[in-house]
Amino acid sequence: MSALKISWQAALALVFCVIAAFTLPLAGAEGSNPFSLGTTFTIFALVGLAALISAMRVTDALAAVILFVGAHGAAWLLLAGIAGNEGAARAPFFLLIAAAWLLAWRCVTVLSALRPKDRAVSTFLRLLIPTVFGAWILILWEAITRGAGIPFVLLPPPSSIGVRLVNSVPVLWADVNQTIFHSVIVGYIIGCGAGFATAILADRVPFLRRGLLPIGNMVSALPIIGVAPILVMWFGFDWHSKAAVVVIMTFFPMLVNTVAGLAASGHMERDLMRTYASGYWTTLLKLRLPAAAPFIFNALKINSTLALIGAIVAEFFGTPVVGMGFRISTEVGRMNIDMVWAEIAVAALAGSVFYGAIALVERAVTFWHPSVRGG
Amino acid sequence: MQPAHSNTVIEASKLGLTFQTSDGPVRALSDVDLSIGKGEFVSFIGPSGCGKTTFLRVIADLERPTSGSISINGMSPQQAREARAYGYVFQAAALFPWRTIENNVALPLEIMGISRDERKARIKRTLDLVNLSGFEKKYPWQLSGGMQQRASIARALAFDADLLLMDEPFGALDEIVRDHLNEQLLKLWGQTNKTICFVTHSIPEAVYLSTRIVVMSPRPGRVTDVIESTLPRERPLDIRESPEFLAIAARVRDGLRAGHSYDD
Repeated sequence: MSALKISWQAALALVFCVIAAFTLPLAGAEGSNPFSLGTTFTIFALVGLAALISAMRVTDALAAVILFVGAHGAAWLLLAGIAGNEGAARAPFFLLIAAAWLLAWRCVTVLSALRPKDRAVSTFLRLLIPTVFGAWILILWEAITRGAGIPFVLLPPPSSIGVRLVNSVPVLWADVNQTIFHSVIVGYIIGCGAGFATAILADRVPFLRRGLLPIGNMVSALPIIGVAPILVMWFGFDWHSKAAVVVIMTFFPMLVNTVAGLAASGHMERDLMRTYASGYWTTLLKLRLPAAAPFIFNALKINSTLALIGAIVAEFFGTPVVGMGFRISTEVGRMNIDMVWAEIAVAALAGSVFYGAIALVERAVTFWHPSVRGG
Repeated sequence: MQPAHSNTVIEASKLGLTFQTSDGPVRALSDVDLSIGKGEFVSFIGPSGCGKTTFLRVIADLERPTSGSISINGMSPQQAREARAYGYVFQAAALFPWRTIENNVALPLEIMGISRDERKARIKRTLDLVNLSGFEKKYPWQLSGGMQQRASIARALAFDADLLLMDEPFGALDEIVRDHLNEQLLKLWGQTNKTICFVTHSIPEAVYLSTRIVVMSPRPGRVTDVIESTLPRERPLDIRESPEFLAIAARVRDGLRAGHSYDD
């Protein structure tokens, strides 16, 4: 009788199904139910069968596939049915979404426990698990906003944000080009470069260390909201003033981290270089900068997100009619919240790509550091 | 450049060093008179705080003496350092983790501007000397502690300085590895005829390796005894059970005890 080995997620999903079955319909009144009898039955069948089959003696891989199909098939049918009938969902709709979510949870649990021998399969799984995870954030968001009929201006469903995003690619591209490829990149390079150069200078010349570091400290304490309008007056409405804001935001993290990094090499290593009669610049190049690399990359990563924030916020204080910050501030005023979310999505994507690229370079450069080589 | 006595490598007279600390001055070395000849293997032994490492660091120009005088090959320590007159082996291997073993050995050669071909030849020769051939492309963190320390010895040998300063190089290693490296070090010394100054706090290690043992005692750091070894240059590991060896070890122990009773 031990043929059934049911997980708590699957068991709870079945319980939800049973309760849902007794409280039908899924949405609306009896007459105007957007879910046909067939669709309703299919949803129940998908959730129920997936929960039951996964509890039988099947291999983990097969159970994962069945759970995946059941959870996402049911979620797809539920979301498709509720679209256009916002706010009509009743308790069984949410119970079934919760049941499907539990099955997806079980699916990810099973997938995480798999230890495939093939490298390609294991890479695929490493990508699939966070994808399922992220997808369910969007599915739940969609189900709740549409199902409960949350007002569009409060929180639009992700599907309409997606539609808006696809329909506004030229506008979004122009904004990205203005904000990221001009303000952010130029400001980031100048800011990080200046922070790095100042750190070297402060290290080389003792009196600068005393004088420059406190000033650098002060620069970092400047409120960006106060500085941005002044910089707009100095450098004009175009991207140059935003790049200047980015320079100010990225300068100090780089300065502080590089100064800390230059002090990171050990006494013994520095004594060793001294026994070779190595000069300042040789020691810097061969010992102190490589030892400082983990610190410098930390600053580069922190700055990659700071730069984006700085450039977007700076555009609130005067800009030509293009740019991500400009678009956000004007579309909020026009109640086009989906466009605001589309810009946010693009900014999040760009920020992640930027950060990820730097993290990849970091792995390649500081492969020797215990945090990277893992030991 | 030839010193007055061409056989003397290190000549210290009335050497003293006082550190100024927040607790007041600390006399790390006081009135050290010592002369070390070419090809000698001199060990410095004593309890911690006796100034043996400080003396080595003064030779290496990593510390400046506050009184007395010292010369290395007839030069001041600074001149000797700038002439790259010595190789220094630290308590830890201090290899750079971002460089492979061969590139770590190449480090002093790069700094000294030695050509790429010459560097290659010297890396091969010194890694052979410390039995590390085959590990050129490995990173330090992929090797055991003993192998890392051998690589750091190879690095100190790579630029062919006649003087090797070793500061408790095997202190962090276990007994078995230490015996093995001691044997290899003796062999290496026999092959290269370098002058070696070796700091240790192990009596058997000092007696086994040295032609001369300098016993030091703390507060203030000073030389209490200098013992000439009567052991032959050829020393198998089991020489440590011979009566001759034990007699020298007993004398070193007496010297250390005498230095300590000064405190009481």
